[in-house]
Amino acid sequence: MTASLTVAERRIGLLISILLALMGLVMAAAAGHGVMSLHGFMALALGLGLAFILGGSLYEAEAPADRLSRYYDAPTRFGISMTLIWAMIGMAVGVWVAALLYWPEGTPAWPATSFGRLRPVHTTGIIFGFGGNALIATSFHVLQRTSRARLADSVSPWAVLIGYNLFCVWAVTGYMLGSTQSKEYAEAEWYADIWLVVIWVTYFVLYLRTLARRNEPHIYVANWYYLAFILVVAMLHIVNNLALPVQWTSAESFPIWAGVQDAMVQWWYGHNAVAFFLTSGFLGMLYYFLPVRSGRPIWSYRLSIVSFWGIVFFYIWVGSHHLHYTALPFWAQTLGMTFSIMLLVPSWASAGNAIATLNGAWHKVRDDATLRFMFVAAVFYGLSTFEGSFLAIRPVNSLSHYTDWTVGHVHSGTLGWVAMIVFGAIYTIVPQLSGKTDMASATAVEWHFWLAVSGTLIYVISMWNAGITQGLMWRAYEENGALSYSFVESVEAMAPYYLLRTIGGGLFLAGAVICAWNCRVTMRRAVGHATDRPLVAQPAE
Amino acid sequence: MLKLHYNLEKISMGLVAAIILAASVGGIVEIAPLFTIDETVELPDDLRPHTPLELAGREIYIREGCYACHSQMVRSLADELDRYGPYSLASESAYDHPMLWGSKRTGPDLARLGEKYSDAWHVAHLINPRDVVPASIMPSYPWLTRSLDTELLSPSLATLARLGVPYDEAMIAAADADAAAQSRPDSDAMDGFIERYGERPAARDFDGDPSRLTEMDAVVAYLQSLGTLTDAPYQILTEGGQ
Ligand code: HEC
Repeated sequence: MTASLTVAERRIGLLISILLALMGLVMAAAAGHGVMSLHGFMALALGLGLAFILGGSLYEAEAPADRLSRYYDAPTRFGISMTLIWAMIGMAVGVWVAALLYWPEGTPAWPATSFGRLRPVHTTGIIFGFGGNALIATSFHVLQRTSRARLADSVSPWAVLIGYNLFCVWAVTGYMLGSTQSKEYAEAEWYADIWLVVIWVTYFVLYLRTLARRNEPHIYVANWYYLAFILVVAMLHIVNNLALPVQWTSAESFPIWAGVQDAMVQWWYGHNAVAFFLTSGFLGMLYYFLPVRSGRPIWSYRLSIVSFWGIVFFYIWVGSHHLHYTALPFWAQTLGMTFSIMLLVPSWASAGNAIATLNGAWHKVRDDATLRFMFVAAVFYGLSTFEGSFLAIRPVNSLSHYTDWTVGHVHSGTLGWVAMIVFGAIYTIVPQLSGKTDMASATAVEWHFWLAVSGTLIYVISMWNAGITQGLMWRAYEENGALSYSFVESVEAMAPYYLLRTIGGGLFLAGAVICAWNCRVTMRRAVGHATDRPLVAQPAE
Repeated sequence: MLKLHYNLEKISMGLVAAIILAASVGGIVEIAPLFTIDETVELPDDLRPHTPLELAGREIYIREGCYACHSQMVRSLADELDRYGPYSLASESAYDHPMLWGSKRTGPDLARLGEKYSDAWHVAHLINPRDVVPASIMPSYPWLTRSLDTELLSPSLATLARLGVPYDEAMIAAADADAAAQSRPDSDAMDGFIERYGERPAARDFDGDPSRLTEMDAVVAYLQSLGTLTDAPYQILTEGGQ
């Protein structure tokens, strides 16, 4: 990190680190005890650690003079490493909680690792840790390449990445210690939420400032998606997390929303976290890396415009399909259902555009596991968006809701689509940033591919079976009008599927570990920088 | 149209504005009316907020992530009415910051749980579910027998009062005492509790250990209160049946 910064930048970094340490100290001292104080100490330790590194490097050699004529890839490299670390943590905890459903006494009954506390560790670790780091890291890469300009400055990318990871660590350690808002995918407490807003604003400003320096008249499609991701996630995050702390010196808070309004706000957030965190940004990835890797331009420019605006406009409406037959007014449910069905059009336009782009490059898909990752991602994107629209139809939802079918659907999206496109992007970027043409081991990529595909299929198929079985058992009647099954009987029927699901998740995790190892070896053997360069050398500001 | 977009792609702030605009409509149309229409804002006369002890139990329910496996929302479907009871009304959770409707039923819905089982059953079940339901895959919660921390109870009531939950000054001031009183009905503090919360909330030694106020007391008091905060859903059901 430090070698790529000028001495002046190191000084700014030092100042920010000291501020972070001070903030941590104030938090720890004010809270006195409990989760918030521990989180204060974490910030203090991080701030001091960074201050030591930066302070110690103040008198080291200046950054190379030609650095402004290169892209700034060091933050991307760090972001990719964090992506892989979080992938292993998030997926390992996922396999753990999956195993607990088959074997509830498999691990000791300790508060910190009981199912209900680990489950948000898994979801946050994957969505924010793995997904978020991947999005930020690749967005820096894509933004620079498509603008043919270097990042606008060298300090804020680090602030964004390091600050963001502090948020993730605060969140997951908080859950294990019992600190949670209980809002799904937004469980982190109020001060972590405020912290994330600060980071997000820094990220947005960096994005816009870099766009402003672009040497291309047009802003490339991938950037529209990344921009939508940054903007709309900010909007959702702020509205859903509005809360009143019980005291300024403790983690506990109460959301300002209650009851049915809270339910609507929560699922407006929840489903659009899927849309703008887990879809939009990753479509940005797809729109850049798929053409790059296959060597073919995006099939239809027109279709990409239609699908982009369709996704941005339609998605926002669909959250209420999580609340069919509940106390949410009927008209709101109907709107959610209607837009969910319409959403299929822009979704399939994107998936179709991606697959049509590969037309003429099928031999590459066959031979190149990296491109195959992207192809499978596009296919699963198409499948899971179809499934999503289907599950949003009211009568279908009456069967599927509350069951493991939903869990299967989510994982066909997260494993099949999100993780696959991330791995495709990583296998493209990592060699490039290491000054190489290929990953250290092509065989390992092949193994990863097949582990990932088989893991996903086993997972998804077992959860389909589980969910449909549950749904049918809950609504089965005897001839005399009595319910056929007690609830516990439906729990017992799940056992084989829960076991299979754990195995599927285990295979997927194994693939991710192989990927992390392969990336580490490739990065360690790096022989230089990426060879591509910005269009013109940027004058120093 | 394409031409317009062609130009929009050159202006980053234009794209930003267009994205914000396009992404705002749906949320506003669906969320804003919920704050005004009768269906979602009219409350039954007999709706009561949680007592301090129940509220403490609710916070533990949240802390342990019970909501990850249990819903509290009976949908208006025949089998759910038969299995759980009357369907849930919006007004029932009007004081719930946040709502705990849930999204997954690894275990059964709990919206109508109140007074379905004895306190002793709940205590045994929470300490080890498999002692009472051998096939259960619910986690054990043996640590709930520890003492209840009431430090934040009074400020919690005060915070909720600021958000519109009907807790008055006296309730806020006496939160700790009321929590203790609800689990020890033969104590002197009981009169004050009844004065503030009436006779409706169940008051008894929930965890079977009168010497201490524990987290178990709080959780069981909360579980026994589920579905009993108002009679409205039951009345609708009998009216509908006639
Ligand atoms: C891993 C998922 C899981 C978690 C987490 C969980 N439960 Fe359960 N729960 C179940 C299952 C499965 C059943 C059905 C079997 C049984 O009765 O134990 C159940 C049953 C229950 C019942 C009996 C309901 C009835 O009508 O028969 C209650 C009460 C209950 N749980 C309360 C809780 C509380 C309180 C928590 C948090 C402290 C909790 N559960 C956490 C899975 C879970």
